[in-house]
Amino acid sequence: MMTLALLLLSVMVLAGAVWVVTLRNLFRAALSLGVVLLGVAGLFLLLEAEFLAFVQILIYVGAILTLVVFAIMLTARLQGPPAAPAGRQPLPAAFAALALFAVLAGATQPLLWPEAPSAGAVPLATLGQQLVTRLVLPFEVISLVFVAAIVGAIAIASDPSRGARPR
Amino acid sequence: MPVRLILLLSHALFALGVYGILTRRHAIGLLLSVELILNAAALNFVLFSRVFSHVEAQAFALFIIALAACEAVVGLAIVIGLARRAQTVFADQVDLLKG
Repeated sequence: MMTLALLLLSVMVLAGAVWVVTLRNLFRAALSLGVVLLGVAGLFLLLEAEFLAFVQILIYVGAILTLVVFAIMLTARLQGPPAAPAGRQPLPAAFAALALFAVLAGATQPLLWPEAPSAGAVPLATLGQQLVTRLVLPFEVISLVFVAAIVGAIAIASDPSRGARPR
Repeated sequence: MPVRLILLLSHALFALGVYGILTRRHAIGLLLSVELILNAAALNFVLFSRVFSHVEAQAFALFIIALAACEAVVGLAIVIGLARRAQTVFADQVDLLKG
């Protein structure tokens, strides 16, 4: 049962990822990124990380994907004719990606992993407690990064001709 | 627990993301590929959190998702600013700093 779900999710993730990097229409590529993200959320569920699965769906599919689709639509008139080549040098890039995959797989596949997990899945209460006790520093750094990102995004995306107040 | 299979899947996701970064011309296409790479990393973290019952791995998968949100916000703001100032969204046409 679990193997079947794992295989289905793997096919979903891989097919979506191939579409993300090869589809010429960027809007369709963004939608297939949604397929990948949902597949990865399913894998999180399979690995008994329910909270992360729902965070993935909420933040990635709900927020980031919506933002990407908005940006694609806002810049649609600059994308040029659809006949324009969407990529460059696909063959050397495919070779480089395959070589990277071979190196990674060669490094991790010979390793021995425990057949069964040593203990149960991490409960959500433990994750929450750790986030506000031992991992509180990275947690707070993340919130600082959020503030910086919001301020930076507003500063970069604002219209300079209309943003400055006349003196 | 099929650790090797999920590891292979995350490697494939990472390699596909690298392929996308190398081939895409459109700036938003580059961002989509970066999301693939970040997802591969998060998948690895969650896998090892399950195998070794580590709570830190799950916390850092959470941080990866949060950083991905920041990256998307700033990246898309740059794309919007680029479209407004340089009138292009293709990363290879932005060559003002090229020597």
